[in-house]
Amino acid sequence: MTTAAATASPAPPPRAGAPAPLRGLILAGGSSSRMHRDKAALRYQGKSQLDRAVELAARHVADVFVSVRSSQTADPVRAQRPLIVDSIAGEGPIVGIRSALAAFPHTAWLVLACDLPFLSDATLAFLLRERDGTAMATAYRSAHNDLPEPLCAIWEPAAAPAIDAYLAGGGHCPRKFLMRHPARLLAPLDRRALDNVNTPEDYAQALTELSGVPHGIKMQLKVQYYAVMREQAGRSEEWLETAAATPADLYGELVARYGFSLPREQLKVAVNSEFSEWSRKLSGGDAVVFIPPVAGG
Amino acid sequence: MRFRFAHTAIDTAAARREVLDLGAGAYAAFEGWVRNHNEGQEVVRLDYEAFQDLAEKEGDRIVAEAMRRFPITHALCIHRVGSLGLGDMAIWAGVSSAHRGEAFDACRFIVDEVKHRLPIWKKEHYRNGDSGWVNCERCAAAPQHPTARAPATVPAHSHPHSHDHGEDHEHHEPAELSVHK
Repeated sequence: MTTAAATASPAPPPRAGAPAPLRGLILAGGSSSRMHRDKAALRYQGKSQLDRAVELAARHVADVFVSVRSSQTADPVRAQRPLIVDSIAGEGPIVGIRSALAAFPHTAWLVLACDLPFLSDATLAFLLRERDGTAMATAYRSAHNDLPEPLCAIWEPAAAPAIDAYLAGGGHCPRKFLMRHPARLLAPLDRRALDNVNTPEDYAQALTELSGVPHGIKMQLKVQYYAVMREQAGRSEEWLETAAATPADLYGELVARYGFSLPREQLKVAVNSEFSEWSRKLSGGDAVVFIPPVAGG
Repeated sequence: MRFRFAHTAIDTAAARREVLDLGAGAYAAFEGWVRNHNEGQEVVRLDYEAFQDLAEKEGDRIVAEAMRRFPITHALCIHRVGSLGLGDMAIWAGVSSAHRGEAFDACRFIVDEVKHRLPIWKKEHYRNGDSGWVNCERCAAAPQHPTARAPATVPAHSHPHSHDHGEDHEHHEPAELSVHK
């Protein structure tokens, strides 16, 4: 097992036993050859993918840099960000990772590709929580083929000399590097999170999915309770995450949770303060009220 | 001027002024009061609760329907929410019109529809310390508040009270019906 103390560096190593400090590295040096346009500049929900990736990483680590080739430093999409320019010869993302490890020898890097539009805070938070500072890297396994995903991963300083040896031996693939070196590998949290966007067709599909509430994906709903149902639920309102497609499905879930005594046939339902059909399709943010038998007057 | 909730005692004099009209020769009003008994139980208090957003919209629609169905001049309905004691007014409806017949008819229509359609609930509190949501608890399944007078051999669904599963569950007597001219 390699440890941080094994790195031969002239600067003083970090405190013994403490994990190296973590910075963020967004890889934006790719050639985007299959997309036929710069992937970092693709826009989702009004923002470039590079900006989305930087903002996502910045919610989890303090300093976020963008990895670029020397020819890209003046590119307007990248130029306003703190940059780490490739400092070693070669091609591909492993050059960007090694250049970051060279620029800050005692820093570990949360490395993210900039073509992952479905990446979530939950996926990053879990990666950070499960980080193993004694391995060369902590990474997810692919949801599709179980192989390590090197471009949503934490790369430790200890990987630097091993990467040098791997490159010297003719290697260039960061996935194969992780397969041959000690890395902590995690089961994926969310099957979509690491799906990348390589072609115009991938981009069109991702845009569609990100623009609406995807079918079968959980959404947030507000539920308000009145009268006997308020007493049985023990609350007057709540936000909950559900995959229920209709008010009928939602009532079934809530009966299981709270044991409501009234059968659905005795209730009416309202969505967004209007009476609704039980079969109406719910959308994220909807406010749902189940109406027990009324007794005004 | 259609339907609204009141969180304090309904001011009937002010409400009446809202439907006054020089073209109207008739005025009919209804008051619903909290009664001291229901279905053999001695009632001491009622708590009213409403899903106000929806009830206000539906209440406005009921009054608008009354205006279309009957040749009336003005109509207004006010419903209380909160904790009400015996004799307190829970609902007030007032209608003005050229002649008395449509004022009576429209007033009754509004009160009937409000009782059936608006998401308003009341919880009865009984002398014996028990309580229950009207139309929700004792008819939902097995009675949760059997009375002392319930015969031990009564089948599960024939409760010792006799209301009609949320149809017109009368709680109040007509209290004031007055006609000018």
